[in-house]
Amino acid sequence: MRVIIPLVAVGALGIIGALGGYLIPGLFGVVVPYAALAVFLVGIIVNVLRWAKSPVPFRIPTTSGQQKSLPWIKQNKFDNPSTMVGLIGRMAAEVLVFRSLFKNTKMELGHDRNVTYGQEIFLWVAALAFHYSFLVIFLRHFRFFMEPVPFFSTMLAQVDGFFEITVPTVYLSGLVLLGALGYLFFRRIYYANLRYISLPADYFPLFLIMAIAVTGLSMRHLPWFKADLFVVKDLAVSIFSLSSPPVDALRNMQPMFFAHLFLVSSLIAYFPFSKLLHMPGIFMSPTRNLVNNSRVKRHINPWNPEVKTHTYEEWEDEFRDLMRDAGLPLEKDE
Amino acid sequence: MSEHLPKPEVLSNVDFSLPDKGWMDTHSDFKPGTWNYSGTRKSVAYLDEPYPRKWQPSDEDWQLPHNWKEIILEGMRDRLDKFRTFKIFMDICVRCGACADKCHYFIGSGDPKNMPVLRAELLRAVYRKEFTLAGKLMGRMAGGLDLTEDLLRDWFYYFFQCTECRRCSVFCPYGIDTAEITMMGRELLNLVGLNIDWIMTPAANCFRTGNHLGILPHGFKDSVDFAVDDVYDNTGVRVEAPVNKKGAEILFVVPSADYFADPHYYGFMGYLTLLHEIGLDYTFSAYASEGGNFGLFHSNQMMKRLNAKIYAEAKRLGVKWILGGECGHMWRVIHQYMDTMNGPADFLEEPVSPITGTKFENAKSTKMVHICEFTADLIKNGKLKLDPSRNDHVRATYHDSCNPSRGMGLLDEPRYVINSVMNNFFEMPENTIREKTFCCGSGAGLGTDENLEMRMRGGYPRANAVQHVRDKHGVNRLLCICAIDKATLAPLMEYWAPEVNVGAIHELVGNALVMKGEKPDRDADLRGEPYGNAKAKEEKKEEGGKG
Repeated sequence: MRVIIPLVAVGALGIIGALGGYLIPGLFGVVVPYAALAVFLVGIIVNVLRWAKSPVPFRIPTTSGQQKSLPWIKQNKFDNPSTMVGLIGRMAAEVLVFRSLFKNTKMELGHDRNVTYGQEIFLWVAALAFHYSFLVIFLRHFRFFMEPVPFFSTMLAQVDGFFEITVPTVYLSGLVLLGALGYLFFRRIYYANLRYISLPADYFPLFLIMAIAVTGLSMRHLPWFKADLFVVKDLAVSIFSLSSPPVDALRNMQPMFFAHLFLVSSLIAYFPFSKLLHMPGIFMSPTRNLVNNSRVKRHINPWNPEVKTHTYEEWEDEFRDLMRDAGLPLEKDE
Repeated sequence: MSEHLPKPEVLSNVDFSLPDKGWMDTHSDFKPGTWNYSGTRKSVAYLDEPYPRKWQPSDEDWQLPHNWKEIILEGMRDRLDKFRTFKIFMDICVRCGACADKCHYFIGSGDPKNMPVLRAELLRAVYRKEFTLAGKLMGRMAGGLDLTEDLLRDWFYYFFQCTECRRCSVFCPYGIDTAEITMMGRELLNLVGLNIDWIMTPAANCFRTGNHLGILPHGFKDSVDFAVDDVYDNTGVRVEAPVNKKGAEILFVVPSADYFADPHYYGFMGYLTLLHEIGLDYTFSAYASEGGNFGLFHSNQMMKRLNAKIYAEAKRLGVKWILGGECGHMWRVIHQYMDTMNGPADFLEEPVSPITGTKFENAKSTKMVHICEFTADLIKNGKLKLDPSRNDHVRATYHDSCNPSRGMGLLDEPRYVINSVMNNFFEMPENTIREKTFCCGSGAGLGTDENLEMRMRGGYPRANAVQHVRDKHGVNRLLCICAIDKATLAPLMEYWAPEVNVGAIHELVGNALVMKGEKPDRDADLRGEPYGNAKAKEEKKEEGGKG
């Protein structure tokens, strides 16, 4: 059920988009994307502010290497940063190449009950492949959103379509994206532990992005679903420039286009309410984004509470006789 | 060892099969040997903590206050506003599973809720249900769960089956720290009087007497004097070890087990020989007679209450700075919390070694230096006369304690000291040391008898790595710099690797240290066992005699 329901939900979203676009193109071509974009932007901002509102009372980086201590001991400046430069390095490695995930190991039980911890690289590879192919596809789409077409979009399209396998050219990124998503789905189903921890909210975005990829690819490569790119561009440019959209022309668009658009809208509207918040969240994670300098510099806890302590005076009052007998010095000898 | 404890052959046969039902529908069964007794009424009341009462986790009725659910939800709201970690870690987990097989309790027990991700999901499910729109609207479909008494029992069971070691956090792509989540979970449980005695009674002792063991001032003095006598018997040198001495240059704070428990005590003797030999002007304190802090395992307030005495005492005695002994969680508190909680220590000076003149710039604000940093500096500057061959009978490996490695990064200082005082040192496999070190399985207040089975299970990954170097290199000593390690690795080794004993780094320092005025026939280590070079020396002597 945890797999079926999200799958059905994504299917339903696709059908709603296709049908809705066919029946009410203005709503599904213009209003829904606008609304989704608004929900996305407001949602991200609200969440980031909501996180920022809670202070970081204690400096608790997870140190993953040698600290800065004596000058002749070699510090691991990135895994245990003590300066801003090191910290930026650590964060960049986390965000750009998923460094912590790269360290992943896999526990294996050998003979004689020996436990070994081998390399586990597949999750890292798939995660990297997924995120970067998605990024490339997103950037490639700028040729639809902007006039003149930005240079990176053209450039990426050229690199991405390097192999020129078919006409129109198959973009590598589309295949990588589907492959990576396929693996990420497969491992959730195949490994018992992962199946056990997975929630519907883990399958839903996988299916949703798969459906976006499939509808997108079908428009490019299947003659029956070809979308009129001039209309697409008019629409996108109008949305991003807040000018009047080509509603009439939308009436002639393929339902496949509306399915694609609605699925994308669903994804971005779903984003701020889901685990996809890990994207802004990683930047604010206190175990990663703080330098390990808590003995060098005092860090302030804004709500540092008053607490009841056992003062020395109270302590000596309680034990004075014992202390005197043991010959320990006293503050007050009476 | 408890008579109920299954044999190692049985315990190492871990069952990794999963229940038929999902985790939301299965609950802990509180099997004996896996959980801890509740905090006693006396200790809970002494610390002014809420709802002191007589109850046990195995009871049908936990005698919760009638509004327990509101108390906990209110407590969650309060903590979400106070800790960004809590809020973010509730929101951003993608359940990628990278943490799953990183937990020693999961590896040793096979219980799926010991996968860090599920331990956190126990709390996250309630968060989603009560604090997120999706969870409020869609409940279970969005991963939300009502806070029921069954779920509360799971919280208790699994938050007291986490040693806050942070190993999973190293591997998490977002740095989600289960220790932080467990700490929040335990704070919430405390609000309705759910806690364990192995935390509450040491904390109460510590609050009253200054140390977890409840040793009174004269007892403290006796222990130190006793160690001074033992050092004399062993080395022929009468060292000085002042207590509560005003105007000393340095206050030396150690975990109480160092002067009271075996094998910590030999390390304590090591400190005394070392500090005497370099002529350091220092003092112990019977008031700040504990560096450890079981408050860390209870709540941030309790941690602050127990920690306050260290700066207060440094101020009263008028010392320049503070030196800290071998301890794990003590150093998590000192490194990451003390200055923030009880600072600023503006009445102290920036630590400078009076022997070498080295400025400890990494302790500039907190003004507390780790003994391994201090000793490494002494050795590097050639201030100690060391004879590593005296430790030739020891074949050692080193266990990085969780807190100094993942909450501080103290990795190479201890190794430098070890390599300077002995000849036979062997590292355990790479994925089990340094920041990837495995917990002893008994930290964070879980090192007691009633959960011994769980401790032996949780300690298995560590023990297994020790077995490896024992078989490969004949290792017979497991070194560590944590008082809880020394107390709990000993029975762990007895159970899994009986040929290996446990000891402090500074015990080996004391052994190797050639002291001025030591007795000419000093021939035994601090444990009273013959020096490793005794045989070689004898042979040499015989040869000399013949010649």
